Amino acid sequence: MKKVKVYITLKESVLDPQGQAVAGAMHHLGYQEVKDVRIGKFIELEIDSEEEIDDKIRAICEKLLANTVIENYRYEIEEGVPQ
Amino acid sequence: MKTAVIAFPGSNCDSDMYYAIRDGLEQEVDYVWHQETSLDGYDAIMIPGGFSYGDYLRSGAIARFSNIMPAVIAAAAAGKPILGVCNGFQILLEAGLLPGAMLRNKGLKFICRHVDLEVMNNTTLFSSLYDKGETISIPVAHGEGNYYCDAETLTKLEAENRIVFKYKNNPNGSAADIAGIINERGNVLGMMPHPERATEALLGSAHGLRLFQSILKHWRESHATLTS
Repeated sequence: MKKVKVYITLKESVLDPQGQAVAGAMHHLGYQEVKDVRIGKFIELEIDSEEEIDDKIRAICEKLLANTVIENYRYEIEEGVPQ
Repeated sequence: MKTAVIAFPGSNCDSDMYYAIRDGLEQEVDYVWHQETSLDGYDAIMIPGGFSYGDYLRSGAIARFSNIMPAVIAAAAAGKPILGVCNGFQILLEAGLLPGAMLRNKGLKFICRHVDLEVMNNTTLFSSLYDKGETISIPVAHGEGNYYCDAETLTKLEAENRIVFKYKNNPNGSAADIAGIINERGNVLGMMPHPERATEALLGSAHGLRLFQSILKHWRESHATLTS
């Protein structure tokens, strides 16, 4: 069993109104040094196969988890997850 | 003309769409559940608004892989009229039948009110009964209707006259004020405003009815050509 962590973020070119609202709230709290906030998604998968695992994760991300018109994705495969 | 209204778990404008076709257009209409796999015998396909699969992950992202979608894609390839409204538009984007994607509304608010649209192209099978440049009042009801596409796609949409409706006062930050776009072939229209909620004066506007009447006119004309 492998644990996979997938991070999905809006592309640089895409405006993030949610992130802007949260940045505004941080400024309101007095944290003027916060220059930018971008909100994304974090998804954990457990995959019961190591065979072609990178190809599988990429396919899952591109078909379903990320909309590549507006989003980028990256992932990490956690080693040594207890069975 | 026989029309299918696709119903997903979480659709909530399927009854409005059904009513618009049955009572507004006075044509035969069926609900087709998302688990079905065939759309044989239908002349037009409507993908209604709502929150299919709770909008989990992204609006339309899960509905796009439901059992009925290969039949929708095949109907698009066969040239049948396909209308996606609101969540239906989002599903068509996720399915790649139309270009671009939807972002959260610029003001972050869910917007539910009548808006004025400008008819940009009245040469499509969905808009032939409108005048070019006409202003029509149609309600919107969405939280993610901020249409986004890259600059190259936007140039292409504009050059090919594929922006059918624009907002007169952009409510959501949508690129180039886009409210509705059509595919290259001209048989798949996606729009955020709800024409099915504007089919009679009692609903606040009857401006949406002509969209459905345009589809029927097209069907009658193409049917007449085939049988004569």
